[in-house]
Amino acid sequence: MGATATNKHIIHGVFSDEVPMLEACKKLRASGIRIKDVYTPMPIHGIDGIIGVPRTRIAICAFIYGITGTSLATLMMWYMMVHDWPNDIGGKPTWAYYFAVPAFIPITFEATVFCAAHGMALTYFLRCWLVPGAKAKNPDPRTTDDKFLIYLELNDEQSGKAQEILRNNAAEEVNYKGAFIVPPAYVLDETH
Amino acid sequence: MHAESEIRIPLILGNKTYRNISDDIIAPIEGKAARGWYTLITVCAVCFLWGIGCLAYTIGVGIGSWGSNNGVDWAWDITNFVWWIGIGHAGTLISAVLLLFRQKWRMAINRSAEAMTIFAVLCAAIFVTLHTGRPWLDYMLFPLPNQFGSLWPNFNSPLLWDVFAVSTYATVSIVFWYIGLIPDFGMIRDRVIKPWQKKMYSTLSFGWGGSARHWSRFEEVSLVLAGLSTPLVFSVHSIVSFDFATSVVPGWHTTIFPPYFVSGAVFSGFAMVLTLMLVVRKIYKLEHYVTIKHIEYMNIVIIVTGSIVGVAYLTELFVAWYSGVEWEQYAFLNRATGPLAWSYWIMMSCNVLSPQLFWFKKIRTSILATFILSIVVNIGMWFERFVIIVPTLCRTYLPSSWNTYTPSFIDIGIFVGTIGMFGTFFLLFSRYFPVIAQAELKTILKQSGESQKKAAAEITPHGHH
Repeated sequence: MGATATNKHIIHGVFSDEVPMLEACKKLRASGIRIKDVYTPMPIHGIDGIIGVPRTRIAICAFIYGITGTSLATLMMWYMMVHDWPNDIGGKPTWAYYFAVPAFIPITFEATVFCAAHGMALTYFLRCWLVPGAKAKNPDPRTTDDKFLIYLELNDEQSGKAQEILRNNAAEEVNYKGAFIVPPAYVLDETH
Repeated sequence: MHAESEIRIPLILGNKTYRNISDDIIAPIEGKAARGWYTLITVCAVCFLWGIGCLAYTIGVGIGSWGSNNGVDWAWDITNFVWWIGIGHAGTLISAVLLLFRQKWRMAINRSAEAMTIFAVLCAAIFVTLHTGRPWLDYMLFPLPNQFGSLWPNFNSPLLWDVFAVSTYATVSIVFWYIGLIPDFGMIRDRVIKPWQKKMYSTLSFGWGGSARHWSRFEEVSLVLAGLSTPLVFSVHSIVSFDFATSVVPGWHTTIFPPYFVSGAVFSGFAMVLTLMLVVRKIYKLEHYVTIKHIEYMNIVIIVTGSIVGVAYLTELFVAWYSGVEWEQYAFLNRATGPLAWSYWIMMSCNVLSPQLFWFKKIRTSILATFILSIVVNIGMWFERFVIIVPTLCRTYLPSSWNTYTPSFIDIGIFVGTIGMFGTFFLLFSRYFPVIAQAELKTILKQSGESQKKAAAEITPHGHH
């Protein structure tokens, strides 16, 4: 693809139930149409595989933040209790980390949870750009209440086909929301 | 989507649609507050103000204004701290542990239980910050670089573990709660009409849109946070119990404390959730969401945890006898027969006997009985902490340091003040925040809604799905 500018048509397929909406998603995908996004009032189980959303890697992030917390807590307690000033409690100074390791476990655990939870939450907020003052991301305000919306950005040829599929699959509304022009440099290959 | 057996009682009563759920959750936010709400918040705010006065007085003149004395150096402060932290635990148990066990009934109560957790932890924090005596030096509890040379906090001390545990618990609970609130704030933002509400909920919703990618991350984050919060909640009250168990005070120095404290915490927390939910469901007409079945489930948790607590009390007595340590034996004899024996017997009857009434189905499905018993349990649990702390410290090893204890006006004022603060915050929350996690609730409407279940049963009359 490529050298000329293309038109992209924005289409909203609005449903009042998730079952026909999922059915329409399957049909759209089967005819090679890429689903840009789906907006729903609640999480829909199994939708990721149908519309081609890859599994999120946020749990891996949480694990990395967690072991960072473990290491930081260990380093901190080693530095403060062993290296900087071996604390002399009951005539038993902590000359080495392993002398007092059982006493260090609770804080090591808490620090692991602290870093994993907060690191993951921060990643989630930034990755989804959920920040105070951000503009509402749903294209139609009814999607947080009781409507399910398939959001498509398609070229001339696919646009007509998609609207037909949506209508044939119990879409309550098929709203054409205009078109925008994609400059040639930004046209990606979306044939597969 | 999975099917649910038709013999299970629906979790959402009334023939609800997705739209109805939004309407019911938004009703208290859009509508005028009930008169009962104004009465309650006035009472709570007055108590809160009284508490602030007593708090200011304590900061001004020092903790000599409390009833604590030389000997009984921990009294109402730590009793109230442990009581409030324990109450908080049910919120995390409901939102995290029940999520991992896929108990769908938690969805009707998890939001307010988590709010309760946060407010209870705030109340607890007041006591621990104040009991140090000079709260303006509390920063020394944290491992901050300082000008005093190599002066670091003592990481061998359970009191320091507690600082880390409670701070982690408070902040993680707030984040867990808020992440769950965002989609519901989004719904409110898209529904409200008044400009100030629109503005307020747009800010609170962080721009939530409900895209499939965001939901996918939302669910993963909820699951991982639940996985992290589950051991966290057990660790927090275990560490609170270490404050006692690692000391050499007879009656405290015992290995049963961590599980005993954790089950006591869950026990009192569930009782508090019930007290609050019975009021909330009445004021905001949420009877279709917080049903008798939900109340029954919570009462069953109360029987289980109450019985664990009862067994723990008896085990303590047995071990004291079996240990052959006379100081240990005397500590328990003193609790049950000493000058403060009345508090021991209040604890025993409220915590061990009263929850056993829930074995009767009539009682555990009765709203009035549940309401009364939930308050009885919380009185009992307050006395449990009092019994562990005060009578024990009144009579330690040296009879020459034996002492007695009476709370001062200030002690009572601060405690009543925290109850007022808790009530004020909870009432504000229930008025302006979505009290039920409506987005989550919508995921179970198809299999647990009343009319939806009926329809499913008609298609497959013998229930083979």
